[in-house]
Amino acid sequence: MTEPVTMVETPIRLDYSYTPGVASSRFLRSLEHGQIVGQRCPRCLKVYMPPRGACSMCGVATDEEIVLDGKGTVTTFCVTNVPSPGLTPPYVTAWIRLDGADITSMFLIQECDPAEVRLGMRVEPVWVDESERQPNLGNIRYYRPTGEPDAPYDDYKDYV
Amino acid sequence: MTAVPEVLVAEHAIEYTYTRSTGPIIGAFLTGLRDKQIKGIRAIDGRVIVPPVEYDPVTSDDLHELVDVGDAGVVTTWSWNATPVAGQPLDRPFAWALVRLDGADTGMLAAVDAGDEAQMHTGMRVRARWADGRVGSIRDLLCFELEGDLA
Repeated sequence: MTEPVTMVETPIRLDYSYTPGVASSRFLRSLEHGQIVGQRCPRCLKVYMPPRGACSMCGVATDEEIVLDGKGTVTTFCVTNVPSPGLTPPYVTAWIRLDGADITSMFLIQECDPAEVRLGMRVEPVWVDESERQPNLGNIRYYRPTGEPDAPYDDYKDYV
Repeated sequence: MTAVPEVLVAEHAIEYTYTRSTGPIIGAFLTGLRDKQIKGIRAIDGRVIVPPVEYDPVTSDDLHELVDVGDAGVVTTWSWNATPVAGQPLDRPFAWALVRLDGADTGMLAAVDAGDEAQMHTGMRVRARWADGRVGSIRDLLCFELEGDLA
């Protein structure tokens, strides 16, 4: 090599061990069994999904577990037109309010033309095969439309 | 009250690799390392700064006069690293040191493969250990070693 150096790669990397704690561990274990477990705050009655063991607004422990069926409503979405590792554009990511939960979560929307995705659309999870399940959110491959009528605006207006 | 489950642990890594243009001065420094030649730059007051900088640290003037310096020098200060972590220059205990190379007026931060902390002292002579298959990276200069070890 005789060409002068003009470019250099500078990697920045952090390796760390993540310990999810008791509430999140139960949530992750529930995913392994095809369930989604949230927790209800005894004071404000809001349901956290994923649960964190305490209500961040009321500052009290959230012991009561609520099993959610996984269906939900699109509250916000984004159509992405640039490629990402493992994703072919255009693809849709959406904030989904799961039925019974008071927090939205981000998932992919597939089996659907991106132009069809809209606020209020009813969606359901597509799980990986039971034999491949791990205690992580990768068990839900993506969400797809259920075909049900759209949820009324009042159902999700606080989450847009 | 629910039973406490077995707590999970997952190994995560977050990594982002930047590709950066070196500019003419750092580029020349890295090109020199590929050829086992360490380069500094002459400041306005005549001092030789290693590694070279683009601008004078006192006057902020552009600097241009690259100067070849030696690949051996003197340890001006040091700190023993007893428990190296992944990604550091050596996988065994070593010293982080400022090495003032022959012909230079400033210290360059580098690893010194001294083997034992008792071998380290300010004023000691050290010499560069070069990588095989150099590519024009700061990693071409693996570390410094005690000059006497080369006999």
